[in-house]
Amino acid sequence: MTPLHHYLLLSALLFCIGLVGALTRRNAILVLIGIELMLNAANLNFIAFWRYSPNPEALHGVMFVIFAIAIAAAEAAVGLALIIAIYRHYKTTNLDQVDSMKG
Amino acid sequence: MTLPFAIIAGLTVGSAIAAMSLRNLVHCALSLVVTFAGLAALFLQLNAQFVGFAQVLVYVGAVAILIVFAILLTRSAEPGPPASMTTGAGWGIGIAVAAFLAMAGAVTSSVVMQRTAPPPSDLTVRAIGHKLMTDYVLPLEVIGLLLTAAMIGAVIIAMQERKSKP
Repeated sequence: MTPLHHYLLLSALLFCIGLVGALTRRNAILVLIGIELMLNAANLNFIAFWRYSPNPEALHGVMFVIFAIAIAAAEAAVGLALIIAIYRHYKTTNLDQVDSMKG
Repeated sequence: MTLPFAIIAGLTVGSAIAAMSLRNLVHCALSLVVTFAGLAALFLQLNAQFVGFAQVLVYVGAVAILIVFAILLTRSAEPGPPASMTTGAGWGIGIAVAAFLAMAGAVTSSVVMQRTAPPPSDLTVRAIGHKLMTDYVLPLEVIGLLLTAAMIGAVIIAMQERKSKP
């Protein structure tokens, strides 16, 4: 069986890849993808800790991940709707050019 | 480290890097699908079948399709100008590397290094459903309300604004 810290290191790596994407890419959709990657890395951590916990029958980790997946789905839907609304207004999804309010 | 874990982890990390670095956004979305599938495989490997299949249904099935639709609707599928990174790209990568080193140091120096897995429990969907209907029934209702509100909100936000048009 794979030791727990391998899963934790993998999830830290995924989180940082998502962080790089969210911090450096210009396209709003890619920033959203980076945020989704970070959420998924957190989910992997929850499941790994649940599997290696002394009493997995409590199911806390699984429940947390189920609710996190539901919230991430809602976040993705609202975020993409916002991106489409911004695109309709500015004709771009480049975040550097979306720099005026009520314009 | 077992061989299946190494294969799945390599695939997941590689496709995640591809999703964050490719220039064509459609390719990014397809790499993201591979990442989500790899994470679902990791969940299955960790004996969390229900979460693994929920991951496939929600992320591979719904979120990836939503992202592809958004890419096509905003016509950002064409490769952009060569410099598609912000000016602070070095800062971003530096912050991420520092964050990874901090987390890796915390993990390798903590007591979880010695923790061993208990024998796999026969977790059934029945147990999860029972738990959702007893201990977690209030969060379940709240999440239903949240999903409804998010759906209506997304439709309203993305709807054509008629009043402001001349």
